[in-house]
Amino acid sequence: MKMAFHTLFGALAASTMLTCAAQAEDTKVGVLQSLSGTMAISEVTVKNAELMAIDEINAAGGVMGNKIVPVVEDGASDPAIFAQKATKLITDDKVATVFGGWTSASRKAMLPVFERTKNLLWYPVQFEGNECSPNIMYSGAQPNQQIVPSYDWAKAKGYKKMFLVGSDYVFPRTANLILKKHIAKDGLTMAGEEYVPLGGTDFSAVIAKIQAAKPEIIMSTLNGDSNVSFFKQLAAAGLTSEKLPVMSFSIGEQEAKAMGTELVKDSFAGWNYFQSLPGEANAKFVKDYQAKFGADAAITDPMVHGYLDVYAWKAAVEKAGSFDPDKVRAAAVGLKFPSPMGDVEFAANQSLVQPALVGKLKADGQFEIVWQSEGAIQPDPYDPVAFPGKSCKLH
Amino acid sequence: MPKYLSQLWIVALVLAVAAPWLISSYELSLLGRFLAMAILAIGLVLLWGEAGILSLGQGVFFGLGGYAIAMHMKLVSLPEGELPDFMMWSGLDALPWWWVPFANPVFALVAVVALPAIVGALFSWLVFRRRIVGTYFSLITQALALCFATLLVSKQDVTGGFNGLTDFKTLFGQDLASPGAPIALYFVTLGFVVLAFLGARWLIGSRYGILLRATRDGENRVRFLGYNTTPYKVVAFAIAAALAGLGGALFTLHAGVISPALVGVVPSIEMIVWVAVGGRYSLWGAVAGALIVNFAKDEISSALPEAWLYVLGAVFILVVTLLPRGIAGLVRDLAGRRALVATKPQEVQK
Amino acid sequence: MMDLPLLVGQVFNGFSVASLFILATLGLALSFGLMRVINMAHGEMLMLGGYLAYLTFLLVPGPLAILIALPVAFLGAAALGAVLEVTVIHRLASRPLDTLLATWGVSLILQQAARSIFGAIGVSVTAPGWLNHTISIATGPLAGLTLPATRIFIMVVAVAVLLALGLFITKSRIGLLVRAVNQDRMMAAASGIDVRRVDLVVFSLGTGIAGLAGVVLALLGPVTPSVGQSYIVPAFLVVVLGGLGSMVGTTVAALILGMVSALSQIFLDVSTSQVLVLLFVIVFLQFRPQGVIAVRSRALED
Repeated sequence: MKMAFHTLFGALAASTMLTCAAQAEDTKVGVLQSLSGTMAISEVTVKNAELMAIDEINAAGGVMGNKIVPVVEDGASDPAIFAQKATKLITDDKVATVFGGWTSASRKAMLPVFERTKNLLWYPVQFEGNECSPNIMYSGAQPNQQIVPSYDWAKAKGYKKMFLVGSDYVFPRTANLILKKHIAKDGLTMAGEEYVPLGGTDFSAVIAKIQAAKPEIIMSTLNGDSNVSFFKQLAAAGLTSEKLPVMSFSIGEQEAKAMGTELVKDSFAGWNYFQSLPGEANAKFVKDYQAKFGADAAITDPMVHGYLDVYAWKAAVEKAGSFDPDKVRAAAVGLKFPSPMGDVEFAANQSLVQPALVGKLKADGQFEIVWQSEGAIQPDPYDPVAFPGKSCKLH
Repeated sequence: MPKYLSQLWIVALVLAVAAPWLISSYELSLLGRFLAMAILAIGLVLLWGEAGILSLGQGVFFGLGGYAIAMHMKLVSLPEGELPDFMMWSGLDALPWWWVPFANPVFALVAVVALPAIVGALFSWLVFRRRIVGTYFSLITQALALCFATLLVSKQDVTGGFNGLTDFKTLFGQDLASPGAPIALYFVTLGFVVLAFLGARWLIGSRYGILLRATRDGENRVRFLGYNTTPYKVVAFAIAAALAGLGGALFTLHAGVISPALVGVVPSIEMIVWVAVGGRYSLWGAVAGALIVNFAKDEISSALPEAWLYVLGAVFILVVTLLPRGIAGLVRDLAGRRALVATKPQEVQK
Repeated sequence: MMDLPLLVGQVFNGFSVASLFILATLGLALSFGLMRVINMAHGEMLMLGGYLAYLTFLLVPGPLAILIALPVAFLGAAALGAVLEVTVIHRLASRPLDTLLATWGVSLILQQAARSIFGAIGVSVTAPGWLNHTISIATGPLAGLTLPATRIFIMVVAVAVLLALGLFITKSRIGLLVRAVNQDRMMAAASGIDVRRVDLVVFSLGTGIAGLAGVVLALLGPVTPSVGQSYIVPAFLVVVLGGLGSMVGTTVAALILGMVSALSQIFLDVSTSQVLVLLFVIVFLQFRPQGVIAVRSRALED
């Protein structure tokens, strides 16, 4: 009932807006996430957050008086389809910009499309860096805003012997390459490095190797369902979080809830946002989202980035006074705008300046923030320790 | 066959040639992409329809062709002395030796068909020479698809891993971003479809085609007549692999990306779906099947992503149980010339 | 790298992986031997078993839920198998390759149905306390070796299923009919055996065993709509390696592949080990194309 009232109210508000701004045109934007396939679980929530931001903006009068019309497309967890649908959004639907993508594979496939058409993609997920395109705004964390700070935190906590476990794809392998360089530089010990195919469920050999190597902490870049198997089999082998802590880079509130917190309780995670983040802006965002999608909906880091991307675009369009992607991306640099994470801005390399957090998972599925970087960290796509001499200059 | 039906191909060809002026540039890019897939489907008619060999691993050969051309384009788009980005961030400091020849355009072009053909011949010879056939063979090809995709992902330093290869700038000195490029590419693809179609039709009509069908319908009888069936089947597998490679290369040009997601177990089975729907005993049926299934996928998965898998599953079950000769068989039956089907399948294989 | 506890641990893991293979494959091998059909939706029977285990754990909490879940999953998967046999498999009896394709369609629908009912995110089953132990060795040359109780439980289930199935085939009246049809379908039919019913019984028995595999899988990992997919391709390789529908052959093949996979993982990562398993099968077939155990010559049956 409450839901119905909310929707009704929203619709009323939107229609009043429409009549008020009768002269204004519609501006189309693309929302391109996987609605089917293996990535749909995660990406649908980002789509929801992006659409919610668009609704809010429309309810508040649109962008420069124009109503924003989202065109939603399904990337189907397939990079070639992402490229195909991005082309469709830009050439057929003539969208002003596109919000979307999750896997690096999808972003890599879309990149040439955006560069060729000189359009702009807002990408909401943490990734492995090593990319610098003028036609992409990277709001998810660069390695130096998530992996490296979490490693520094573990190092400061006195963990000296680290074991790296990951799903077998680009982000874990690159993240671990960076970690290995840091471990070598800092004189810590690499206890081992293991990869399991995406979706893999048998960790018997990996755990046997962990037991043989006796690390002090595990740095995990395992993805999705593999986490459940890993934690289950770790517990079955008697390796509880007290004996051997795990720091994960891909477990958020949603994953923890799905896995059953019993299993992952007391493990650590590194992100830039947690649902438990204090502050009024976040409280409002969480409340609004849950009013729309259910009181127990989990809020995760990529969702917030998808949401704030839309607001960043709005702020930049209004500053530039134009929907032209080139002017928008220039205007976005250094422009502060409000978000659930507080006021943030994009750096000259078109990545978001943001703080890093380390959380410890509690029994209720929320993270207790145990550490926060001193202020926001400037993004750097090329980790200076692992890839010296590389830099990204766009403006 | 009634006159109007046998002349239909002229209409189809005229429409295909006029397509760039009839449909939007996005639809044209889709059509080009699906036509590339149709080349693979033509190979499957030869392999599955004519020779009765069901390969659940065509994605492997599609991928080999796609990766061959993608490696070439990746290399030529690099500044002098630099490595592809994924090699750099995987910690490699020199180009692997087997990447080097792909910088040569002629080598890459030959590799697009030769590489899948050689791998396909070698693999199928190893299996066929021990007379492993039927379901067993299909299951091994499926494992091959799984292993190929897994290897591509895990050897990230030399394959680009899960991301695959993308961001191509030029091909044989031509700028891929130029406005004329998509239309040129479309006509190249269409040309290859016509060539593959005619080539396959000639093969099916030849003595070799007769032997293939005989092997399908009673391999032991053919063997007892004094033929060694293994080379015939190996050649069929290699040709289908080469066509898959050609299709994969053209697809990569259209899509601008080739990645492990396009070559694994599920995509490989989807390739079978195209041909099953279109008609495994009919060349034009296979081409139509590739186009219809892919256009349907594009439409349905956009509108109702949840429904797509239900539709695909149901279509598969219905076509296989009720319509084993696919759309092509249905059209022929409706045209009332059942008796003249050139390659009528044997219903009882046992 | 090659220390003794790791080696012994991997031999143990090899047995546990093999036990999973046995449970996941027996049904495939049985129906393949009898009817020459490969059921691509076999993996979804595992999935169903997993979800039934999850539901059982919800309805009957307590330490013995797992023991209730086993028969529930067996019956549930067997019932679905029976439906599948009657509606699809039977219709395509003489077209093995078409059966393979049609059942793949079934598998797609079942996966999507699971997604619609239970959500795309996996559900999880918590192992009962009495399974949450490890046997660890603290002293001697094997110090540091730990053997999780869940994995021992899986082996026990596999052995129990093998014994029960062996008894069923050799001692029971239906078992006798199964053997008769297996040896010569035409003769069996001619001597008055209801071949159709034997097919149905064997097929549902096979899918029921896959349901059991789903329950033990739920102890090791999440139950997801695609959980069957990750086990099905290795299971097919076991069938190919094992030879035509022989229980002994399937068991031996599962043990061989389990060991190859577990022991190679001492040196290799999981991905490379997967490729090694396929290579092993192809090379093995060069020497024994009929598989581990050949009931009849494979070459003359196409």
